[in-house]
Amino acid sequence: MAAIIEQVEAPADLRPEVVGRNPWALAARRLWRNRIAMVALGLFLFIVVICVAAPLYAHFVAHLNPFTPNLNGTTVINGKVVPVMQQGGGTLKLGETPIGPTWDPYHYALGADDLGRDVAALVLYGGRSSLLIGIGSALICCAVATVVALIAGYFGGVTDSILSRVMDIIWAFPLYLLAISIGTELLTHSQGFQFGPLHVSASSLWVPTIIIAFVYIPYVYRPIRGQVLSVVRKEFVEAAIAAGSSAWRLIFSEVLPNVVSTVIVLLPLMIATTILTEAALSFLGIGVQPPNVSWGTIISGGEDLLYTRPWVSIAPGIMIVLTVLSLNVFGDGVRDALDPRAKLRVGE
Amino acid sequence: MLTFIVRRLAWTVLVLFVISVITFFIFFKTPGVDPARALAGRNPNAQTLAEIRAQFGLNRPLPVQYLLMMKQLFVTRSLVSYSNQGLLVVPELAAAAPATLSLVFGAAVIWVVVAIVMGVAAALLRGTWLDPVLMILALIGISAPVFWVGTLANYITQGALHNSFLFRWVPPLGYTPFTQSPSQWFLGLLIPWITLSILYIGLYARVLRGSLLEVQNEDFVRTARAKGLRESRVVVRHTLRNSMITFVSLFGLDFGALVAGGALLTEVVFSIHGIGYLTWQAFQSLDLPTIMATVVFGAFFIVLANALVDVAYAWLDPRVRPT
Repeated sequence: MAAIIEQVEAPADLRPEVVGRNPWALAARRLWRNRIAMVALGLFLFIVVICVAAPLYAHFVAHLNPFTPNLNGTTVINGKVVPVMQQGGGTLKLGETPIGPTWDPYHYALGADDLGRDVAALVLYGGRSSLLIGIGSALICCAVATVVALIAGYFGGVTDSILSRVMDIIWAFPLYLLAISIGTELLTHSQGFQFGPLHVSASSLWVPTIIIAFVYIPYVYRPIRGQVLSVVRKEFVEAAIAAGSSAWRLIFSEVLPNVVSTVIVLLPLMIATTILTEAALSFLGIGVQPPNVSWGTIISGGEDLLYTRPWVSIAPGIMIVLTVLSLNVFGDGVRDALDPRAKLRVGE
Repeated sequence: MLTFIVRRLAWTVLVLFVISVITFFIFFKTPGVDPARALAGRNPNAQTLAEIRAQFGLNRPLPVQYLLMMKQLFVTRSLVSYSNQGLLVVPELAAAAPATLSLVFGAAVIWVVVAIVMGVAAALLRGTWLDPVLMILALIGISAPVFWVGTLANYITQGALHNSFLFRWVPPLGYTPFTQSPSQWFLGLLIPWITLSILYIGLYARVLRGSLLEVQNEDFVRTARAKGLRESRVVVRHTLRNSMITFVSLFGLDFGALVAGGALLTEVVFSIHGIGYLTWQAFQSLDLPTIMATVVFGAFFIVLANALVDVAYAWLDPRVRPT
């Protein structure tokens, strides 16, 4: 008997090691194997890094401060000293035209804007605002929408009806008109606002961040609420209720972990959306306010120079397209990795 | 079905009421914004201000002021602009509507046709290199800000290549009414149409491809094939037709939102004096009555489009009908 058992048991080092993998690890592996999504993530991170490093570029490479006008300054092209603002440039040969792209990273690589500021450095600094507002408002929006959706979906009944109707009403406002209304309203308070101990100046980046986060809350709320409603009816929630869990514990320990994947799927796509919205609002003059710059304000500033120095408007637009494209591609990858139904939908 | 429509319309009316109240409070009752001061012009004395308050009913109780505003907006249509004394807001909006409708309608035709072709092509060519190429193009369309595409289009067609044979036909920026010159109307709107439709082509092509691939595995499609229908007939009559439900409902919402001022950026970039352009100007001069009118009418359009889509959906698909 003992001999048989000895034969059946394989030596410990030959036994195949079976490691339980949790769904998150499986999803992460699926995402990691998605080449296109990883390339997109790499591109996005690269853009984030170069924008964060904007002061380094301005200080060590371009040797100038992109926020001070440089109307009487000079720069060097092909070893010759030339003024940044050139008399009688452009097609009309009238007035002053800023210097065009030199493609030399040390001397106005992308030319200067109407104040003689270095466009390349401005675009990097603008990216800081755009990315900060985009990521910040997407995070705030998703967090608030998730909390509201959890409350609505968990308590159901009247709570759910009221919250859902409020969301319907916010969503019924024309999106840009709502953002513009709030923006105009907030920006007319030139002294800024007082929220308890916090003081927010009218030119603060918080103003566009909050506006953009607010207008998209219903958009994120709807799918998450649907998810909460389906999770709340599952057996493990009933089991937790039977075990006497408090509402707080049920919401945050039982329901929330099961809707987090939906939020994560939505997040990169929301950042893409909020970056586009920020650019549009700033382009219209109600997003980022001076002295701050963002990709949207640079494009709008370049409108006046469009026919003489198009790169002022083109360069920040290319950055927006690359950023949003990389986020969309990465977001698709995250969805494929986390949402098994996406696989079913493709029919494999 | 009738109860469903009645309930849906009752809710629509309620939403519109709430939106008008909120807009009224945002604009007229926030501290720091005084309509009387805006109407009185520069450095008014106390007496002028009082007179204006009495004349415009600004000294009456709030609900009365709200009702007065709504009456001026919907019944008498006599709401006066602040920044442009004597200009009636509602007729001005009505005058701006044809430009916006021309822009949105033309763009919608382009985006529906191109998106269907792209979506169907991508779904049919699944497994070949064309599918990913088409989908990457669609994604680029979704990722490009419409005002930047418009700016770029202006640079190319009005500046850099305007004198080449390619874009010599492009008229200067602005809108020519159809009644004035149909050919100029068409030529002037062609570039704005293409610019506005790019985003929606991307969105709709992706959505359509997804739902086509989903429907392809349904039993009725297999049945259609099994009974020996031609592939083209299977695609057009069975797969595509069923995929169009999502497409149609999306279209209703987007069309409503665009007419309601969503085309603002395109109108501003191309100087098309439509509803969006009017709103933008009103925001720059803080012309509260115009803003009020555009937001309320805009919301009206969006809510109406929502309700129509819901009803159409219930009609197309009996499963969503509430019992």
